[in-house]
Amino acid sequence: MITLSIDGRDVEATEGSTILEVAREHGIEIPTLCYHEALEPYGSCRLCVVELETRRGPLLVASCVYPAEEGAVVKTNSEMVRDSRRITAELLLSAAPNARVIRELATKLGVTEPRVGLGDNNCILCGLCVRACREIVRADAISLVNRGFTKEVSAPFEIGSNACIGCTTCVFVCPTAAIKLEDVLGNRSVHDWGSDFEATACKICGDHYLAPEFAVETEQSLGERDV
Amino acid sequence: MQSTFDASELDDLLNGRRDGGNGSLMDVLEEVQARYRYLPRDALILISESMGVPLSQTYGVATFYNAFSLEPKGRHVISVCTGTACMVRGARKVLERISERLGIQPGETTEDGQFTLETVNCLGACALGPVVVADGAYSGEMTSAKTDVLLRELLTEVETV
Amino acid sequence: MTMVQTLEILNSLKQNLLASRDPDKPRISVCCGTGCRVHGSMDVIEAFRQEIDNRNLSGDIGVVGTGCHGFCEKGPVVVLKPSGIFYQGVAVDDVAEIVAESVLNGTVIDRLTYADPTSGAKIVREEDVPFYRKQQRLVLDLNGDIDPTNIEDYVAFGGYTAVGKALHHMKPEGVIQEVVESGLRGRGGAGFPTGIKWRLCREADGDTKYIICNADEGDPGAYMDRSIMEGNPHRVLEGMIIGAWAIGAHEGYVYIRNEYPLAVENLRIAIAQAQAYGFVGQNILGSGFDFSVHIRPGSGAFVCGEETALMASIEDRIGEPRPRPPYPAESGLWGKPTNINNVETWANVPIVIERGADWYSQIGTEESKGTKIFSLVGNINNTGLVEVPMGTTLSEIIYDIGGGIPGDKECKAVQLGGPSGGCVPREHFDVPIDFQSLQKLGAIMGSGGMVVCDEDTCMVEFARYFMDFVQQESCGKCVPCRLGTKAMLEVLTAITQGEGREGDVAYLEELATQISRSSLCGLGQTAPNPVLSTLRYFRDEYEAHIRDKRCPAHVCRPLIRYSVDADKCTGCGRCLRNCPAEAISGAKKEPHTIDQEKCIRCGSCYELCKFDAIGVE
Repeated sequence: MITLSIDGRDVEATEGSTILEVAREHGIEIPTLCYHEALEPYGSCRLCVVELETRRGPLLVASCVYPAEEGAVVKTNSEMVRDSRRITAELLLSAAPNARVIRELATKLGVTEPRVGLGDNNCILCGLCVRACREIVRADAISLVNRGFTKEVSAPFEIGSNACIGCTTCVFVCPTAAIKLEDVLGNRSVHDWGSDFEATACKICGDHYLAPEFAVETEQSLGERDV
Repeated sequence: MQSTFDASELDDLLNGRRDGGNGSLMDVLEEVQARYRYLPRDALILISESMGVPLSQTYGVATFYNAFSLEPKGRHVISVCTGTACMVRGARKVLERISERLGIQPGETTEDGQFTLETVNCLGACALGPVVVADGAYSGEMTSAKTDVLLRELLTEVETV
Repeated sequence: MTMVQTLEILNSLKQNLLASRDPDKPRISVCCGTGCRVHGSMDVIEAFRQEIDNRNLSGDIGVVGTGCHGFCEKGPVVVLKPSGIFYQGVAVDDVAEIVAESVLNGTVIDRLTYADPTSGAKIVREEDVPFYRKQQRLVLDLNGDIDPTNIEDYVAFGGYTAVGKALHHMKPEGVIQEVVESGLRGRGGAGFPTGIKWRLCREADGDTKYIICNADEGDPGAYMDRSIMEGNPHRVLEGMIIGAWAIGAHEGYVYIRNEYPLAVENLRIAIAQAQAYGFVGQNILGSGFDFSVHIRPGSGAFVCGEETALMASIEDRIGEPRPRPPYPAESGLWGKPTNINNVETWANVPIVIERGADWYSQIGTEESKGTKIFSLVGNINNTGLVEVPMGTTLSEIIYDIGGGIPGDKECKAVQLGGPSGGCVPREHFDVPIDFQSLQKLGAIMGSGGMVVCDEDTCMVEFARYFMDFVQQESCGKCVPCRLGTKAMLEVLTAITQGEGREGDVAYLEELATQISRSSLCGLGQTAPNPVLSTLRYFRDEYEAHIRDKRCPAHVCRPLIRYSVDADKCTGCGRCLRNCPAEAISGAKKEPHTIDQEKCIRCGSCYELCKFDAIGVE
């Protein structure tokens, strides 16, 4: 176990934890957008920044990725931190003015009007959908394409992914409801990925399910054994 | 997504690289880009399958790096250096001249598929700025007037071929 | 070809090469670096070979195509050895005369020599040319002497002896200590102490380690690394072998921009030859140490000069940086401890090992040891590569070596460090170039790009240009860089188009501060520097653009007005005929006028008028 100071309080932590994990264990709130405890931290939204004391002065670090170290002195809500989060929120609002989560975040951090307009896209490129599809579902159906301001999440060639199995994990994990799912009369569509699935009735139990090909094989092999 | 690409065309590249064997995806993509002047969709599908790389990763890489294009480039690629030293010496006017004469913006290809105009951020030939590279041949100390001459030469070549 | 399996064989190879090369035998050194090639040096060297062949003198006179000599403004550059006669701007037509007169007769051809710009005096020998005289060439010393595609040239000049010394007479920790004591700091821009970085990697857990040479020189206007790789790639390889030995790595990668085809080619040849001679491979010089090296050409992404993005690229992923810690020394390529250094850093290593830390640390300043190569470009007379001891002042570089500004214009500022850097205005040109002193002025050393801006440069447009560059090259992962630099670019663009508003500067400063503090990687963290630096020294230009809708340097088109001075105009009609917007009217021999509504501010009339009758404000 190691000890570090967060907001003037000495706290204990297991080695190998991140500052965010330690803070949450001790009930200290730090806002996040691109963080999910089931996924490898990504460090892209920069909302979770905290102030770390270093030999060269105070430094902002992303708490979701920065390791908690013995003797570290951390402030989670200093002026430096608040100034940074406010601008981050303002920038997000400039690009996603109609995303409810972003509007709420901005209001909470003291942002009223963005000073510049950078578009209107609910997708804030937090990467959660891509990471979940890769790390948990292991379908790797979607990825981050292009670079810089034109970066976006897409299925290959923007027309459809063979690899998508329609599990809707991406829809579930998206903080801004940017991925549209349509479940209508036994047909599931995730339009953004060009995915379209028809539900089939299971020969064993009769319930409807979505049938990517590998699942058909699983069904067949199940049928051969006593279930 | 089924590939209609003739697999044998890429055998030399993929041998020894299949299923996560020795060899880099990016090396293969660069070779394909050089051969076909772009990355055909079906080639990417084939490469992904052969090398055991998710298509989404291959597609992500293909769209991230400047060296790769998903649309065919023109027969003649004209690159104008827009590095700081060249800009300070007047590269913008050269770029505008070419853009105006060919009727395309940087990044675009002429409708007849002959010319692609690109900008490149520093070729390291700063003493000769502004620099223009046409089909791998470097021209230095370009002015609007010299640009006209260069374009005339290239257009004549195109006509006589 | 000789397989150099032991130190003894290396020594005897060197002796044999020296013995077979008569130092008094005339050699014609023709610069075949990228710059001089564009000037036509390949035709020139071919002409020399033909001429000597025609005269049946192939055995008596050597012709060597070298890498970049550095004096790029004056290419094609030809130097005659051993006399040292320096010729500039050599054309194919000059070749026969050079051979007949200078090589065979020792006579100097005046029109081809360098002339002092003020006195007009002719300077004959290379070492006396002011551009070279004030330099201290440690890293570039052999660029005028060796054929980079012939490893034996490098060996004859002492190449690979430092490897022999390190592998046979020093222990890995001893090599690290030597590098620490030399004071060598990274030349890629960050200036981290090289020896300490090596030590961290050596001490990291794990048996598999990697070293990487970052040859992704992306700063526009900087081409030091290109010239090292083109002109003496073996020196870089030698440094890498020594570093790998010290750290305990057996594999190395050179990640090199694909926009440098000649450097990539010369590196390929160098690696192949190093392998053939046994300097790379197994049991190097009989030491039992194995080391192999691979080339990875870049694929066109400036961000891949950032170490974690570079490694992602080698791993076949998109070039997105990742947060640190962990640092590459602990977890880098494929999660293994990795040491990454810049080309120029690696090239300094054999020098440090060969000459020793004591000798090396005498050069430079207290905190910044050794020499640094700069690419001096832009509005400067002597464009080229300059290698000087740390601590040399900017003034010496610009005026004594660079020969000042062309066209009798005033020098306004010098931009150091490309898109990550800041500008130094004329009043601070007495600043010594070292890591510390530049920081105090809000500038950085950077990788070595030094862009000189004369009085006709608009510093607001200059800052906008860099922000545009950052926006094109940002990987897009983190919010402050992807969206923040976009916001800054929008504001800067509006200002240069005459749409700046009160409060813009304050907004830019606020964004700049936050982007530099919270961006994930160095690209974003340093992106605001050109804006901050130009605001610090040229705030008045921003204010003129915003308040007066005026561009003092007459660069930002929407803010320029061209008008005809009726007193000077002779009515020759030249401007009228050439105006692309048909905005000029007037009868022959009568003063003409420009219709401001139609004028597109291309400046053609201003350039074409022979009577100085077009005014600009």
